[in-house]
Amino acid sequence: MPPRRTTAAAVAGAAAASAPAIPRIEVRKTYKLYIGGAFPRTESGRSYVVTGVDGAPLANACRASRKDLRDAVRAARKAFPGWAGKTAMNRGQILYRVAELMEGRRDQFIAEVSAAEGTSRPAASAAVDRAIDRWVWYAGWADKIAQVLGSSNPVAGPYFNFTIPEPTGVVGVVAPETSSLLGLISRLAPPLVSGNTVVLVTSETRPLPAVTLSEVLATSDVPGGVVNVLTGLKPELIPVLAAHEDVDALDAWGVPDDLRTETEIAALNDIKRVLRRPTTVSEVRFDWSDDRATERPEWIAAFLEMKTVWHPIGV
Amino acid sequence: MHDMPAEPRVPHFSSAKVAATSWGFGDGQAIPWEYAPAPEARDIVKLKERYGLFIGGREVPSSDGEVFATVDPATELVLAHVSKATPADIDKAVRSARRAGSRSWGNLPGRERAKYLFRIARIMQERSREFAILESMDSGKPIKESRDVDVPLAAAHFWYYAGWADKLEYAFPGRTAHPLGVAAQIIPWNFPLLMLSWKIAPALAAGNTVVLKPASTTPLTALLFAEVCREADLPPGVVNIVPGPGAVGMSLVTHPGVAKVAFTGSTEIGRLIAKGVAGTDKALTLELGGKAANIVFDDAPLDQAVEGIVNGIYFNQGEVCCAGSRLLVQESIAETLIDKLKDRLSTIRVGDPLDKNTDVGAINSRAQLEKITELVQSGVDEGAELYQPACDLPERGYFFRPTLFTNVAQSHRIAREEIFGPVLATLTFRTPDEAVEKANNTAYGLSAGIWTDKGSRILHMASKMRAGVVWANTFNRFDPTSPFGGYKESGFGREGGMHGLHAYVRLEDR
Repeated sequence: MPPRRTTAAAVAGAAAASAPAIPRIEVRKTYKLYIGGAFPRTESGRSYVVTGVDGAPLANACRASRKDLRDAVRAARKAFPGWAGKTAMNRGQILYRVAELMEGRRDQFIAEVSAAEGTSRPAASAAVDRAIDRWVWYAGWADKIAQVLGSSNPVAGPYFNFTIPEPTGVVGVVAPETSSLLGLISRLAPPLVSGNTVVLVTSETRPLPAVTLSEVLATSDVPGGVVNVLTGLKPELIPVLAAHEDVDALDAWGVPDDLRTETEIAALNDIKRVLRRPTTVSEVRFDWSDDRATERPEWIAAFLEMKTVWHPIGV
Repeated sequence: MHDMPAEPRVPHFSSAKVAATSWGFGDGQAIPWEYAPAPEARDIVKLKERYGLFIGGREVPSSDGEVFATVDPATELVLAHVSKATPADIDKAVRSARRAGSRSWGNLPGRERAKYLFRIARIMQERSREFAILESMDSGKPIKESRDVDVPLAAAHFWYYAGWADKLEYAFPGRTAHPLGVAAQIIPWNFPLLMLSWKIAPALAAGNTVVLKPASTTPLTALLFAEVCREADLPPGVVNIVPGPGAVGMSLVTHPGVAKVAFTGSTEIGRLIAKGVAGTDKALTLELGGKAANIVFDDAPLDQAVEGIVNGIYFNQGEVCCAGSRLLVQESIAETLIDKLKDRLSTIRVGDPLDKNTDVGAINSRAQLEKITELVQSGVDEGAELYQPACDLPERGYFFRPTLFTNVAQSHRIAREEIFGPVLATLTFRTPDEAVEKANNTAYGLSAGIWTDKGSRILHMASKMRAGVVWANTFNRFDPTSPFGGYKESGFGREGGMHGLHAYVRLEDR
């Protein structure tokens, strides 16, 4: 028998074959809140189990408290002058960059959307692509909305009179419950693009893509506090958000039907602007992939104030 | 003075004269003020010896192989040779643009066009330094301006119009906007890349395809832009670039496959272009010359006004169609203002465009330098009073001192003709009505400036100006969202803003 030629590769191969395979222990991700540019756990120390549509647990999410929500409003208020004060073009560029970063995390989003919504990979992939494109669509409005909604007004007198839109302030956004990323983005982008800051209550049952989005926001150039993301139980958070007197407007699209009236009553107490889901529209059946139904300048306009300025003309 | 190594390509001029002049105290006291040269390195720019045409997404030589030289006006050295398009090349470019319009680009939804334009903007930002240096080398403008104005604004135009590509229904509510087809675009040499972006960005956003002819003295940044188009994977034929002299432009304008003509340049050439379009269905926009009045009232913040006047006429060597080339100053403050202006002029640094300290670079070409020289001579001959600060000019290259004329009459050529150089003609007025009268006493109507502390007077004067852009207590401001264009012989149509889209669409009722 000829002597066996031993090579380094053969040795390594033999060793690998003989040793029992040790599975790598995966490093799991902790899903946290996003407040003022930081990722704290809820001050309450509570969490809840997020499951896939099949009931299998996916992760623990923070169950934000009313204190977390107040902290988030404070962070949003603090960030408002800086965000609103940026030039429209700069805001547009910053938001566009968010889309660039989402593109880089595409696979992660697809996996999370697919797990959260129980959809196939191709369907989840289509939803993620659409979400990125929709973000780009809204980002493009930053330096155009004033041209479409503003005006110069031919008043009957020697005055120069013009009307310009300005952002309302801090906007509470209650995200859609079913569409975990595409729906979320369709609600989050409109108030942001004009210079509002946002306190976002995510989908209660499908919050994970929103948390990943907050990680994207944190690494983009969106300043801390411009978007604040809270996961938790909607019945716990919505009444506090709606009643909070330092919140100027509320996007109530994702408010569950049984909380609708009481939420609006609370919000209107301090004359918040409320953007409501029409009572005829079902939250579950709404088609977020319909561009015409979801790419709407009036969703931007809902969180704008119109300012009219008069100035005399004369020598 | 510092010992400086001999550096033949960077003209270095003695600061002795500058140091000998006063710079702002008006008391004759000389403050020595020397600047060490701070030249921008050129090595980021990889110049090729030869550049082809950009047709159908590829760099191709011209059909007859002919080339022309493009020169660095600061050194008079040849930078590169560039293919000169022939009528056959123009035909090929228009056909390629038509093909792209009916296939790849024409079938692309607005949101996908938008993403291409965003890509282009991004790449221009990423390569901004390269663009800025090449622009200064080829055009003679100070690096300070190409770096901080031309290139960022050019990228910003692509940004802005990118967002319109998928929102045209909001720019034209109730109507459907269709592209016109192939746009023939001819741009001047004063802002080569910026004018390219003013032309190409709205055209592509609206779904048109383009054939663009850069000016024959400044083709290089347009050809670098061709590289950007390739890097962005823009479908072939959407953008075609065909350098050459004026005759190339005329054969482009008159090509039957062209649906739209956009021209920026002199009124003289604008007339020829307009005649070339006459009798066809081609759409036309013209952005032509100017002779803007910069009006200073006695209550104006004078130091701010001086800065505005200097920026208005010496920015880009005064080679700006909307330059504030006529200073109208209220009689009661004329003496004070002129004194301040002269002091300020003595601090202007003329020289190497690639030096970061340079305020006024090289005149774009020998022909332009001769034109300026001739017109300035006419000012002297007609009796106006000439002032030029004492500063040495580089030995080589096309340079001209910042020039100020006082005692100018409205009939003087320097008050009527567009000089397109660093030459300011000063006239005076007593009442607002007289200012209006004099400001509007020109065949042009591109821009105007008003300096006063009184808001109501700004608006009154603004309403009286027969000019397309009126700057109040500022001058030479540009933004992609802001429409720009002239009254009277300064042209028609607007570029920039929502209005800039109108020039590139055909509207249909829904």
